[in-house]
Amino acid sequence: SDLPPRPQAKPAPSSSHSESSTMRQRMRDKLRAARVNTSETGLPTAEEAYNFFTFNFDPEPHEEAGKGRKKRRPRTEGENDDEEEEEEAVTEDEDAPLVKDEEEDLFIIDQSAHDFLVVKRAEYMGYQRRLQSENDFLFTPSFLTVPASSKVPENMQPRYLEEEGLYVGERPPISLTNQNILENRVLKQQQGRKWFGDDGRIIALPDPIKESSTRPPLFHMEEDLDPALQTVYRKALKSKHASQYIAGGGGTNGDYQLDVDVSGLIFSHHPLFSREHVLGARLAQLYDQHLSRQHKNITEHLTTKLNGLRNAVRNMLEIHGRQGLTPVMQQRISEYKQEVKNTRRLRDTEQEKDRTLLKSIIKVWKEIKALRDFQRFTNTPYKLYLRREEGVRASDERDHEAEIQAEVDELQGEMEEDYQKKVTEYKRQQEEWKAWRRKRKKKKKKAQSQDDDDDEDNDDDQSEGDTELGPSKPDPPEEPDMEGVEEQVREKASRIRRKPGEPILMPELTASGPITPNEQCPRGEFARREDVAKRYLFTKVLYNNKEVSRTDNRSLNSDFRVHFGQIFNLKIVNWPESIKLQVFEVLGSSTSLLAEVFVPVPESSVLTGSAPSEELEFSSNLRVMFDHEAVGSDVPFSFEADGSNRQTLLTSGKLSCCVSWAIGEDDVPLAPPTTQSKAIGLKQLDAIACIGASSLNDMKKLGEWATESRLDPNDPNNATIMQLLKVASSGEVTAPDYFRLEQLQEEFNFLSEEEIERSRRFRLLRLRNQEVAEFRNYKCVPALEREVTDKVFQEYERRLREGEIVDTKDHLDAHRALVAKYLQKIRESVINRFLIAKHHFLLSDLVQEEEVPSIGILGLNLFKLAEPKRPLKPQRKERKKVTAQNLSDGDIRLLLNIIRAYDIPIRKPQASKPAVASKSVRSFTETFTAGQSSQSAIQGSDWLLNQVQVRPFVEVSFQRTVLQTTTADGPNPCWNEDLQLPFSAPNGDYSTASLQSVKDEVFINIFDEVHYELGGDRGREVHTRLEKHWLGSVKIPFSTIYFQSRIDGTFKVDTPPVLLGYSKERSLASDGGYDAVRSLSEGAFITLFITIEPQLVPGETVREKFDSQEGERLLLASEVFERDAAVSYPNRPCLTTVIDINGKTVFISRYLRPLNPPQELLDAFPNSPQEATELIARYVSLIPSMPDSVSFAGVCDLWSTCDQFLTLLAGDEEEHAVLLCNYFLSMGKKAWLIIGSAIPEGPTAYVLTYEQSRYLIWNPSSGQYYGQYDSFCPLQTVGCLVSADNVWFNVQVYTSPLRMSFDVTKAKLWKPFFSRAFPNPGLSSVQPEELVYQRTDKAVAAELQDRVEKILKEKIMEWRPRHPTRWNRYCTSTLRHFLPKLELSGGRDVADEHRLELQSLLGDYRISGFPLHLPFSEVRPIIEAVYSTGVHNVEASNVEFALAVHVHAYPNNVLSVWVYLASLIRTR
Amino acid sequence: MAINNPSVFLLMINGQIEGANFPEYDDLYCKYCFVYGHDWAPTSGLEEGISQITSKGRDSPQRMIWNFPLEITFKSTNPLGWPQIVVSVYGPDTFGNDVVRGYGATHIPFTPGQHTRTIPMFVPESTSRLQKFTSWLLGRRPEFTDPKVVAQGEGREVTRVRSQGFVSLSFHIVTKDMKRLGYDTTPSETSHTLSHTAAAGIGPGDQPYST
Repeated sequence: SDLPPRPQAKPAPSSSHSESSTMRQRMRDKLRAARVNTSETGLPTAEEAYNFFTFNFDPEPHEEAGKGRKKRRPRTEGENDDEEEEEEAVTEDEDAPLVKDEEEDLFIIDQSAHDFLVVKRAEYMGYQRRLQSENDFLFTPSFLTVPASSKVPENMQPRYLEEEGLYVGERPPISLTNQNILENRVLKQQQGRKWFGDDGRIIALPDPIKESSTRPPLFHMEEDLDPALQTVYRKALKSKHASQYIAGGGGTNGDYQLDVDVSGLIFSHHPLFSREHVLGARLAQLYDQHLSRQHKNITEHLTTKLNGLRNAVRNMLEIHGRQGLTPVMQQRISEYKQEVKNTRRLRDTEQEKDRTLLKSIIKVWKEIKALRDFQRFTNTPYKLYLRREEGVRASDERDHEAEIQAEVDELQGEMEEDYQKKVTEYKRQQEEWKAWRRKRKKKKKKAQSQDDDDDEDNDDDQSEGDTELGPSKPDPPEEPDMEGVEEQVREKASRIRRKPGEPILMPELTASGPITPNEQCPRGEFARREDVAKRYLFTKVLYNNKEVSRTDNRSLNSDFRVHFGQIFNLKIVNWPESIKLQVFEVLGSSTSLLAEVFVPVPESSVLTGSAPSEELEFSSNLRVMFDHEAVGSDVPFSFEADGSNRQTLLTSGKLSCCVSWAIGEDDVPLAPPTTQSKAIGLKQLDAIACIGASSLNDMKKLGEWATESRLDPNDPNNATIMQLLKVASSGEVTAPDYFRLEQLQEEFNFLSEEEIERSRRFRLLRLRNQEVAEFRNYKCVPALEREVTDKVFQEYERRLREGEIVDTKDHLDAHRALVAKYLQKIRESVINRFLIAKHHFLLSDLVQEEEVPSIGILGLNLFKLAEPKRPLKPQRKERKKVTAQNLSDGDIRLLLNIIRAYDIPIRKPQASKPAVASKSVRSFTETFTAGQSSQSAIQGSDWLLNQVQVRPFVEVSFQRTVLQTTTADGPNPCWNEDLQLPFSAPNGDYSTASLQSVKDEVFINIFDEVHYELGGDRGREVHTRLEKHWLGSVKIPFSTIYFQSRIDGTFKVDTPPVLLGYSKERSLASDGGYDAVRSLSEGAFITLFITIEPQLVPGETVREKFDSQEGERLLLASEVFERDAAVSYPNRPCLTTVIDINGKTVFISRYLRPLNPPQELLDAFPNSPQEATELIARYVSLIPSMPDSVSFAGVCDLWSTCDQFLTLLAGDEEEHAVLLCNYFLSMGKKAWLIIGSAIPEGPTAYVLTYEQSRYLIWNPSSGQYYGQYDSFCPLQTVGCLVSADNVWFNVQVYTSPLRMSFDVTKAKLWKPFFSRAFPNPGLSSVQPEELVYQRTDKAVAAELQDRVEKILKEKIMEWRPRHPTRWNRYCTSTLRHFLPKLELSGGRDVADEHRLELQSLLGDYRISGFPLHLPFSEVRPIIEAVYSTGVHNVEASNVEFALAVHVHAYPNNVLSVWVYLASLIRTR
Repeated sequence: MAINNPSVFLLMINGQIEGANFPEYDDLYCKYCFVYGHDWAPTSGLEEGISQITSKGRDSPQRMIWNFPLEITFKSTNPLGWPQIVVSVYGPDTFGNDVVRGYGATHIPFTPGQHTRTIPMFVPESTSRLQKFTSWLLGRRPEFTDPKVVAQGEGREVTRVRSQGFVSLSFHIVTKDMKRLGYDTTPSETSHTLSHTAAAGIGPGDQPYST
């Protein structure tokens, strides 16, 4: 047991006696209890006894107890206890106290471990206390603001640099709390105040963070880079124009060559130097210095110079000494002397240097020798020899003495001179002083005249006291010490010169000494040498910071000289900016940069061969330490044994190299011309200077601005501008006192404005760019000014000039001509207004994209899969649309499918005599049965047998191309034929705008083919002649087809009111129920399908938002209304706002207002309102129709008001409809405008009236009206109804007027625009209050009539160039009489008697003819209409013609033109 | 006289559409056309063309070669509207539908001599994802209404395009009478050397035209 015997060593402390006694008591009780247990058995068992002696009391408590027992034995022995006791203790150990002493007993028992454990409460420190204790060693900085006073030094106010006008950069943003915490923390530190600036704020650098990132963000980090961003390998190209390249080298590339010769390198210190090396290097350095000094031999040179000067002075004195020296001479001599003095001083210093050098060489050499002796080996091969040159002692001494003497003389002379100068100065000063004193005395004498004699001495004293006021009494100069001079000179001479008789020492350093071989060196040196041998060196050549080449590795020799001897030829393209050599040291595999040497770029005159090699010093502050003999670098070491005089050496050395320009083959230096190198200087780009000096014009303004805006001149951000201002304010630039907004405009102007104006070519280009009509597509503007003739502009200028002059020649009618001009002007202004809008594009204009199929379409497509491939009744499918851009002539065709016709007029037997009965019958032909019976009665049996009723065919003419169908039979023919007509756009321009303005019309004429047999009775042969008789026509403008893209339906054929030789046959299928309305729709009908192949995309209307004077709310509401309508019923046209002729958006109901029709029309039928209504409709229809798309190509639908319409006398359907509706309103009818679509017009406007509990639909362009249930009504779709105060949108199931209700009060069927939620704000009308009509001049009408007739006759003769055209005058006059009647009857078939009359008069002739009725706009449409009837095509030799024209004038120049055309063939 | 005082200058373009780099697509063909201003007129050569279909080679998996020759001569009076070549590339998609793979345009180089141009190609994007899906499904990708759209700037702001690949073209340009009409397009340094080779038609008394 290694426990110390504690009971012995530990006496019971008396103080703790009381507590330990209680514990003892307890213990004793315990033991006693245990003892009772054992005492029952008495003696221990054998096992117990055995255990007692052998048991190893391993567990701790038992061991303690055991120990106690064991211990007790020796101790008790020591205490001289007897054996008995011992025995007792062993056997009955607990019976009695084992020791007598109570205390001893206690300690033994105390050894139990349990008794040492003290149970304590868990230690816990209260929160407050802990805080307190923490406060002692923790510091929590407060976040309260630190008072400024504690941040600045005591007794100082914080100063604010900003207020003092110094620049203070913007600090990086930091929250106030953090700043306060930081300040508090910093203040706690030692010298915490040094962190605060004078302003009491923490010192901070300006915010370094740029507001915007300088590097563009790279997205798609996870994806692959876009191919556009991928690195593309490009072969390096030599650009010849960049400024940094040598210009002019383009032709012969790379003929500039720099030769860099790296010859070698010598270390003046290297970390691996041994001490001896250090000394050796120093010696070598000194020796080099010595050699170079000797080479230059400055001392000798100066000595010679000094001697020369002395001689000169001496000579001068000798020559001129006798005569008095001239002042010039004196001056010269003094100059010489000065020179001598200077030279002497120089020589002395040089001599001193020489001598010191020599001395230090010798000293170092001695040190080396000592070191070699000490270390017992040699490391360097240096050996210094001192060659002695014994001079002749006598002459040497003489020279020396002479030299000293000369110097002493000179010095003495100088000193003498100096002394003299001082003396004169002294004398002068003394004179001054004396004079001053005299003056003073005089003054005194005057003042104290009585006792001046006594006060002589006092006076002196006084004057002494007054010296402050006057000049002091000068001291006389000291005599120069002539003897001392010689001593000084001698002392100096002995210091800097060799003593006379001393041999001249010539040191000679050789590197031929033996170096101790490695084996004989001690270990440290051996390791150093090993290390040296492992090192290699190489040099990199960097040209403009790019490595161009490097030398080979060369090992470091023991003499620390490396020889490279490599010449690099650099062919250069860039301007040399820097040439750098880097010295690298290689140790094993690691390479370290030792030093960098910059080599100056050689002058262009420095050429290879003649250039001297330069030694460039380099050094490195790299710290290197070794554990062997080497001294290392940047490590202090000492040569002394005691380590004093430590020195630190850095790696350094000399690199000898040579950079020069190479010489080419033909001895041409390959150096760039020097002049160009100056261009490099210009590379310091000055933004303003680059633009040109003129931009400096408003520099003053800039300066003013800078001062006004208080630019901080110290802000580095403003540095450039301040510098600029400094330059500008230097006064070289005179600033004009005007300000130019675009100061550089002049510099960039192509030509001056006047020149551009003057040039015809530029004018042409500009006009074309402005898309002026004449020049819009002008091709090939001539390249030269002189080729632009004035002719080009003639037309344009005439148009400009003659804009106001009306040309009546083309128009026959002065008013029409005026209107045409006016229209033209409006068109131009509107087009100009919309030109900009035309340049706005939608995505659909540029990108063709499939629409997303909706579920319905998808389902339909799926359903289609089940359809039969060739259905029995195929349906027309939508075709792909083609934009008009890539089209050319012949690409576009017009497809016509002529299906069938109804109710074609039928022939009348020409042979039958006019019967009186027919006249009577005629009166009641209103009824079908009667008409039928009358005809059958007239025609008799022969007609039934061999006469066909009619043999019609259809001829289609378009753009003078004529095609016809086959001939069918009967009044209800069915052709079902396809016709294809080519289409060519005007001027081959297939742009949308051009196509929209095509005015051509498709004429669909129905003819009757008539066979005439000629000469059948003469011979066998029967000649038949075919004649075609015009029965009627349908006219469809191309623009309608273009916009509709297809026209499909049954049209009413325009049949002339009278068709000679034909009568109108009624359809048998009619189901009776004749009312007035039904009878009106009688006539021939034709079913057609027209389309354009390929389908063209019609030009879209302008999508611009137009200005409007409507309220914002109204516009919004109308937009919503239209959008809703378009969403729920896409096929129903809905119109709430329209564009007026000024291009402004106007609410549609503003157009409706009761307006008075011409009074004379109302007066015409005072008793019959029905007739008057029809007359008014006729009047409206007589106003020529001109689609807006034609007049305003590609612009939009423009709505003109009624007065504008009547002034223009041309307009679209909507203008007609508005006018008609307004007339009806003024007549007290209930009338609405229908916005819908009809055939063939497409989207159009009709008029709805409510009369006698019937709705009538009026076609305003034709004057026709239809009942609601008329199946031939051209109106197909009703979109909305417009009244003067509301708009209703059709929300019924059907759109056809046949199947819908027109009761707008039913909200379920008609959705009103203005409702209770949004009442009509009381929109005023845009229409005038009243229309004023001009009375038409009848004479003008008559004149027009004559002219039209004349023109038509000429035209017909022109169309028949091969045949003579005879005019039947009698017939013509008859027809002329008949025309006014037709006009009065309104063109209705009321003039059968006329026909009969004609028949009777011209019984011998077979006559075919008809009157044409047209509204008058121009002559051209009349001619076209006449041509299309083909009357002139009759080729019979005996044909005669009759032509009558009647012009009926309605109020306000509305003219109705009738042309009666007939061909007559004599039958006998 | 006519030679001394020309009124038009000529621009002759030789070259070829060398090939394309469309990393994802194969079996492409291309169309080209020229877009030029009002004052320009082609005097000879083909204004439009369509190439053969080319497939990727085994050894150059990225590159497709057409080597489709271009040869056209323009005459003009005005450099305004200098011709641009518009190249559009088409090819089948996964379903075999012919879809457009890229549009691109570049101006014909101004200076005489040999030029190589690499045109980045792009296609218009669908307006929505649904559109994109359906167009992919139906094989009707959005296309420009007219390939010439890519040669003009007007209206492009409404479109969104996606980059697709590159087409490289090489040109050999010869001009005649440009200098006489006062248009000097050759850089000053090279003009002398080139005047012997490229502009052989111009005589020694070649002076810029001046009025």
